Amino acid sequence: MNLAEKILAAHSGKPHVAPGEFISAKVDVVLANDITAPIAIREFRKLGVEKVFDPKKIVLVPDHFVPNKDIASAEQAKMLRDFAREQGVNFFECGQMGIEHVILHEKGLVVPGDLVVGADSHTCTYGALGAFATGMGSTDIGAAMATGDVWMKVPPTIKFVYHGKLPKYVGGKDLILYTIGQIGVDGALYAAMQFSGEAIDELSMEGRFTMANMAIEAGGKAGLFLADKKAVEYARNHSHRKPVVFEPDADAEYQAMHEYDVSKLEPQVALPHLPSNVRPVSQVGDISLDQVVIGSCTNGRFEDLQMAAGILKGKKVNSNLRCIIIPGSQQVYMDALRAGYIEAFIEAGCAVSTPTCGPCLGGHMGILAAGEKCLATTNRNFIGRMGSPRSEVYLAGPAVAAASAIAGKIVPPEI
Amino acid sequence: MLKGHVFKYGANVDTDAIIPARYLNVSDPYELSRHCMEDIDLDFVKRVKPGDIIVATTNFGCGSSREHAPIAIKASGVSAVVAKSFARIFFRNAINIGLPLLESPEAVDATDIGDELEIDLETGTIRNLTKGKTFKAAPYPEFMSGIINAGGLIDYTRERLKK
Repeated sequence: MNLAEKILAAHSGKPHVAPGEFISAKVDVVLANDITAPIAIREFRKLGVEKVFDPKKIVLVPDHFVPNKDIASAEQAKMLRDFAREQGVNFFECGQMGIEHVILHEKGLVVPGDLVVGADSHTCTYGALGAFATGMGSTDIGAAMATGDVWMKVPPTIKFVYHGKLPKYVGGKDLILYTIGQIGVDGALYAAMQFSGEAIDELSMEGRFTMANMAIEAGGKAGLFLADKKAVEYARNHSHRKPVVFEPDADAEYQAMHEYDVSKLEPQVALPHLPSNVRPVSQVGDISLDQVVIGSCTNGRFEDLQMAAGILKGKKVNSNLRCIIIPGSQQVYMDALRAGYIEAFIEAGCAVSTPTCGPCLGGHMGILAAGEKCLATTNRNFIGRMGSPRSEVYLAGPAVAAASAIAGKIVPPEI
Repeated sequence: MLKGHVFKYGANVDTDAIIPARYLNVSDPYELSRHCMEDIDLDFVKRVKPGDIIVATTNFGCGSSREHAPIAIKASGVSAVVAKSFARIFFRNAINIGLPLLESPEAVDATDIGDELEIDLETGTIRNLTKGKTFKAAPYPEFMSGIINAGGLIDYTRERLKK
């Protein structure tokens, strides 16, 4: 069995599982946010169950429209708050924590070997730790809150191997954008993506979270990494729970394997309107920008802000654009503050916001008008994703984003 | 038997196109249906009639896990979606809430905007009444049929919890 199969077998009490098989699996973490939890709670109520299966394993994070942007979104967040108090589940209030896929591992709620389901497509982020984590809808999560298990079809696994040493300014975001560009937005439909190779061994945990986060943009059910020393150490530093390390068998089967030499890879940019519309930054052409956003569950971690601050410090954001920086959690915010990055951002003319998913999905804090162009470190550039259906979103890593904020147009870092 | 006229779209219709996130500060099906497909087809809401069918090519429903997407489609009156392939989470969500989905590349290729389709969910038969052609969709796996026959995941789970 491969890694995905090992984790799923262990959670379904079976000695062996194979792709295509339907299983019922016990979950370690059940997650929902202020958009998806209201429906999940409504469906949970329909089951006629009084109590959730295990309050310690349920996590509610209001992070999309917070601080609440209007009365309707305030009502949604209140639903989570009231349910959390009633049931005693984990609840992370705005002002204390941050974006769900930045805080769950930061707070030690996910460890290697876990099975995580979340009513958010980017739940696949936790695959970086060697957990099988996947996004579902609200009804699934409502049922899982009651039963502690989910039905699942065991996916085939596609293996991705990255050879070579990554050049400067090329990170996890560039690797995953490049990969999606190669295989397309349905290139891993229904499959688990497993990432490995020398470049991955060298990649930080933060870079791995970024890669796993975007597995869904290729249609993937999960983005998986082997829990190596780095992942286990991360879990030990953040969690009291014991990591469980699964190793694929030597004769494990994979649906396909893709190998890339990344030693000469350039920073990558996804052009509108699909995350697969990718090219190297040097071949993007002359694209003037109205906005740059650095943040989100993809690239709102400390390392991302460190990269951006290294480029923006002592410089000024171009007068033709606004640059919005959003630390992914209060911890990231505090760490960046102590490291002097927040000061550097503000001196450069950036707007720094409290943690929120807001602009990434056109919610609030950076909505685009018709005809405007934005380069963002977020994960999607669909039509209307960040505001007007006639606006354009370009995706890149924090190095390209910071350099472009200074230049006023899309440029490679270090020109 | 489902019957209606076709709205046809291309590949990778994402959940932001089906229901833009700016409307997700509510979860009421009727409110969501008022903005269904808005960013790629402003006429959809004005023209859709009960029973109508959405036909699309590959990877329909990619993107966000928001269940609001199949809810908006269902609340618009759409009786089924026929596509060459569906994004995984959208597929699961639609099954869970009882929006029928059918995979049939042949039916998609042979169907144009405005055609009248008739669908027999029992047999997975798709009849293009305008063109006089019949197609067969891939059957649901047995496990999923169990959920569909129970009336969706919540009814299925309620039954399970009783046992």
